[in-house]
Amino acid sequence: MSELIVKNLQVSVETDAGSKEILRGVDLTVKSGETHAIMGPNGSGKSTLAYSIAGHPKYTITGGSVTLDGKDLLEMSVDERAKAGLFLAMQYPVEVPGVSVSNFLRTAVTAIRGEAPKVRTWVGEVKEAMAALNMDTAFSERNVNEGFSGGEKKRHEILQMELLRPKIAILDETDSGLDVDALRIVSEGVNRVKGNSDLGVMLITHYTRILRYIKPDFVHVFANGKIVEAGGPELANKLEEQGYAAYTTA
Amino acid sequence: MSTLTTNYLAPSGREEAWRFTPLKRLAGLQIPETSTTSEISFTVKSGASSQALFKEIDNAELTPRYNSDDLITKRVRHEVTRTSLLTIAKDAELTEPIILGRNCTGKPQVSRLVIEAGVNSVSTVIIENSGDAQIGEEIEIIVSAGAKLNFVTLQEWSSDAIHLGQHHALIAKDGEFNSYVITVGGSVVRLNPTVDFTGEGANANLFGLYFATAGQHLEHRIHVDHKIANAKSRVNYKGALSGKDAHTVWIGDVFIHKGADGTDTYELNRNLLLTDGARADSVPNLEIETGEIVGAGHASTTGRFDDEQLFYLQSRGIPSELARRLVIRGFFAEIISKLSNETIEERIMDRIDNELSKVGV
Ligand SMILES: Nc1ncnc2c1ncn2[C@@H]1O[C@H](COP(=O)(O)OP(=O)(O)O)[C@@H](O)[C@H]1O
Ligand SMILES: [Mg+2]
Repeated sequence: MSELIVKNLQVSVETDAGSKEILRGVDLTVKSGETHAIMGPNGSGKSTLAYSIAGHPKYTITGGSVTLDGKDLLEMSVDERAKAGLFLAMQYPVEVPGVSVSNFLRTAVTAIRGEAPKVRTWVGEVKEAMAALNMDTAFSERNVNEGFSGGEKKRHEILQMELLRPKIAILDETDSGLDVDALRIVSEGVNRVKGNSDLGVMLITHYTRILRYIKPDFVHVFANGKIVEAGGPELANKLEEQGYAAYTTA
Repeated sequence: MSTLTTNYLAPSGREEAWRFTPLKRLAGLQIPETSTTSEISFTVKSGASSQALFKEIDNAELTPRYNSDDLITKRVRHEVTRTSLLTIAKDAELTEPIILGRNCTGKPQVSRLVIEAGVNSVSTVIIENSGDAQIGEEIEIIVSAGAKLNFVTLQEWSSDAIHLGQHHALIAKDGEFNSYVITVGGSVVRLNPTVDFTGEGANANLFGLYFATAGQHLEHRIHVDHKIANAKSRVNYKGALSGKDAHTVWIGDVFIHKGADGTDTYELNRNLLLTDGARADSVPNLEIETGEIVGAGHASTTGRFDDEQLFYLQSRGIPSELARRLVIRGFFAEIISKLSNETIEERIMDRIDNELSKVGV
């Protein structure tokens, strides 16, 4: 049983015009097996929350805390956070020229599991996971995210989640840029991992569309750098009908 | 032996060709008064056969087939007594590379090598340089009609070596010349890979990889002359630098002369600065005298590590040091994978890894 606790998190970024405050006190707890939808308008700070928890160097933590199973994540390097069981599926996965997907996956899995996977089982494991996500095995030989379509990038993120077996996953707009088929495949992937493990999920999204496939236990409305309302799945229906206007004009 | 009657003068450092080079660190190789020896320095490590003959002959028997205004080349031609000649037979299709090795010790010497790839032959020639040489060299490469020659020169010198030279290829009709210049060692390395086309349909692919650490000066001055119609050239050099006063110079001169209609050329240089205190000079230069070309372009970039790439890799549990190595290996992969030789690939990347761990990158 794992627990990610975000307490009063405050984050700013350095800009040419000086320091800019983005997160203004975020409180959130995600436990194993739970799925939390974080919904908010563009520019409200959702990606900043995801990146800050994962340790992106661009963001400065000015207050608050983040712990995973009692351990202070903010004290850890980026790779230590991943080893502690955190995974971030990025809104914009990064291209790494010259590094093949297979090399990347093997290196990452070796780092996370603490030992190189057995060659024999590993090949099968990757093949199976790729097949489940409808990915051609030729992807293994391509360079990480280079020339991938939007949908391929997102599938590749879920593939990594499947192989790295995190305790808590943050999915940052994994639904954006996906057509209906790709959305279904990716969502099934997330549900499969949830079914096979006790994964806790923080599902960041702008639209309610993905919630038809991945059922949230909790819905949080995010606006202007913090959570402004929290509730059950029914809150998503309200957002579907009324949008974010009520939260942003305030 | 040494001579004082010369047809060249020492550079002052103000010449365009020498303005980047640290003249004080050349052990006098550029100064006529410095005496040199010209013992044959190559040994055949593997690949020689009746189809690939290596021999040493009197230099006077091998009249140069092009004019060079490079003063090191002039010196070499003037002072060298014995020349190495590698001849690949007409129609030979050699699957095994011909490996010429050279382990030199530090006293000024000159060396001349001529490689002749016969009509319609297919071959790979690899030159492996090690030791702490002080060497001025000329390599003349003849790619005959329809021949395909892969030419690899590995500068794995030790840290005191000085290596100045010109590698000139003459490519005949429908000939293909693929060159790989890999420079990872030496105190000062200054090479001029140059190309002339002598027949239509000729094709030159010039690839390079260099990695400079603290104090190293690695200079590559490419010159491709398109005087003949319908020839194609591609240049792609990639370099990484780390440490104080690591200095690389890349000059990419491509000339498309009047009458060289149908020319297709593109040159690219990319540099990765791994630490502060290093300096990469990159000067692409394209001159076009005819409008009837297929394409001509160039690009040059010099940048630092991409933080987003490192973050992405680290967020998957990969420690920062390993992430940097993956990014550097990836950066060079485009060049080094084209060698299709895993032994060399691993040796070069291991050497780079070792240098990186020394400087803590
Ligand atoms: N590096 C940065 N420099 C300046 N502003 C930034 C930077 N990163 C994010 N921001 C700003 O912070 C706000 C929140 O961005 P983000 O977290 O990406 O929002 P969301 O993911 O909810 O769309 C936006 O106004 C954005 O412009
Ligand atoms: Mg976002």
